[in-house]
Amino acid sequence: MSTFVQLKNVSKTFDVSAPWLNRVIERKPQSFLQAVSDVSFDIRKGETLALVGESGCGKSTVARLIVGLYAPSTGSVVVDGQDMKIALSSNNEAARALRRKVQMIFQDPYASLNPRWRVADIVAEPIRTHKLITDPSALNKRVAELLGFVKLTAKDGEKFPHQFSGGQRQRISIARALASNPEFLICDEPTSALDVSVQAQVLNLMKDLQREMGLTYLFISHNLQVVHHIADRVGVMYLGRVVEIGDKREVFGAPQHPYTRMLLDAIPDLQMTGKARTPVAGEVPNPLNPPPGCAFNPRCPKRFEPCDKSRPQTVSFRGREVACFGATAPV
Amino acid sequence: MSSPVLEVKNLHIEFPTRRGVLKAVDNVSFSIAPGEVLGVVGESGAGKSLTGAAIIGLLEPPGRVASGQILLNGQRIDNLPYEQMRKIRGRQIGAIFQDPLTSLNPLYTVGRQLVETIQTHLELSDVAARDRAIKLLEEVGIPAARERIDHYPHQFSGGMRQRVVIALALAAEPKVIIADEPTTALDVSIQAQIITLLKRLCREHGTAVMLVTHDMGVIAETADRVAVMYAGRVAEIGPVADVIHKPQHPYTVGLMGSIPEFDSDRERLIQIDGAMPRLDAIPTGCAFNPRCTKVFDKCKTTRPDLMPASSSMAACWLHEGKV
Repeated sequence: MSTFVQLKNVSKTFDVSAPWLNRVIERKPQSFLQAVSDVSFDIRKGETLALVGESGCGKSTVARLIVGLYAPSTGSVVVDGQDMKIALSSNNEAARALRRKVQMIFQDPYASLNPRWRVADIVAEPIRTHKLITDPSALNKRVAELLGFVKLTAKDGEKFPHQFSGGQRQRISIARALASNPEFLICDEPTSALDVSVQAQVLNLMKDLQREMGLTYLFISHNLQVVHHIADRVGVMYLGRVVEIGDKREVFGAPQHPYTRMLLDAIPDLQMTGKARTPVAGEVPNPLNPPPGCAFNPRCPKRFEPCDKSRPQTVSFRGREVACFGATAPV
Repeated sequence: MSSPVLEVKNLHIEFPTRRGVLKAVDNVSFSIAPGEVLGVVGESGAGKSLTGAAIIGLLEPPGRVASGQILLNGQRIDNLPYEQMRKIRGRQIGAIFQDPLTSLNPLYTVGRQLVETIQTHLELSDVAARDRAIKLLEEVGIPAARERIDHYPHQFSGGMRQRVVIALALAAEPKVIIADEPTTALDVSIQAQIITLLKRLCREHGTAVMLVTHDMGVIAETADRVAVMYAGRVAEIGPVADVIHKPQHPYTVGLMGSIPEFDSDRERLIQIDGAMPRLDAIPTGCAFNPRCTKVFDKCKTTRPDLMPASSSMAACWLHEGKV
């Protein structure tokens, strides 16, 4: 499989300083938040890479960097051989073609669909924007086909979003994302707002569509069971960094980074009925003031000498990439 | 088994609207023993939270308890006047809500809110109440409670805030706690901490807990018994291990199958086609019959009551006359 998306040392810093006047009068310093720090990974064509981690770890920022909603502070995002910068900076043929290939599905289907538009118009918007079909009857046919992909009928196109349940709305979002014949879908917590039985419908649909259309997914979630179900490879993020990334079976089966292990231990397991769970210590530190060295060191049960002094490099280890002194140290 | 501390009998909750009366909770009965955790699961709109709200007497109009009884230690509390209910709420029934940010007043320090709650229910001096507040914060695992007590809610993280809310619920040592999605807004690692805390506290204090959630995993870890709700009705109720491992109602079977699990490598999840019916269009007979894979004639005409099914109770005609 060829590499479709490539992130090289991508970082994103947000300026969260007080307003200029306050800085001058109250002598407040400028402050910066490093949301994503030196992240590199590849996504191969046709596979699903999932990013997991707790709130505020930078998962969604990575998604927005890839889709081009943010420009990286340093590093580069390459999609299908082209730098995403092109898609952002210019409006020529190549830029539009690149934007057409990359689409996004958002978390909240109640907020991501325009309540004043009919579903058919919502689904047709990407087609109109990219001028893929101009003939009205062909457009109608295409919209009906798209609605059919997500198990809705052509008649549903005449309705408004409020006439649909959460799961149906998320299916409409998927139909809209598919409208421009994309090759790569970024799904930012697509099932987090849904009930489990509806989540199962959406996950099954996403898997079917991937198989039929050869789509590539970046799937972002904090739910590890969902990730285990849908992903081929998994990246675990903590405080803006990818701490472990590799094949799903390797990462979940034999986690090497203590944070991955901690996340796996924290999941309420249906099989564990009645048994005590592993208690987890501490909370995610403030990203404005991250701890020195490895960001996880204050919570890490296996912390030792170098952990709070220098930041561990990402190295290949037992079939995955991991950034941890403890895991990779020769014993 | 000791006598139940909380009993709900044939509870009906209705919403009168212009287009007719909507039955949001329809003939729900259950009881909780002291020290027991009853999990209530179901999808959005199944009536879980409304049942909880009815028990603490905080049902928002136009919703009303149409019939049925709610008994606390054998005493009816569903027909009490507002002022009397106010004394029971907090003193005997505590509540923990989903969003820890909105259940705390952002303008008051955590200590002031705790002291106010304690003094409302217990006759304690300011100093004694403050001491008790500090002890409560220590009990729910807030480090440096003596300093943290004078902080405002925004100075706490989400998990710590939820601990404060739990401390508030425990302030007057209630006999029953209604916990409505207490961990839904939290990350998994924090969720684990809060569940462990809730379990320990209710074991130590012998508090009965009604845990409302849509997360089966949380129920599996915490509850002793579980009630599965569907379209305002209890579909199945029984010991947690039985309901999870040997579900009897087809809805529970589908619900369990739709949860992705680690040790299975299923290509597809079991999905229940369709969606839960709207309250104004609940089908006759069993509410689940249009989505059920095992539906037969009787399901479409006659509504099943809870009947013994294996070691649980299920409202499903498949189990008629089997036990």
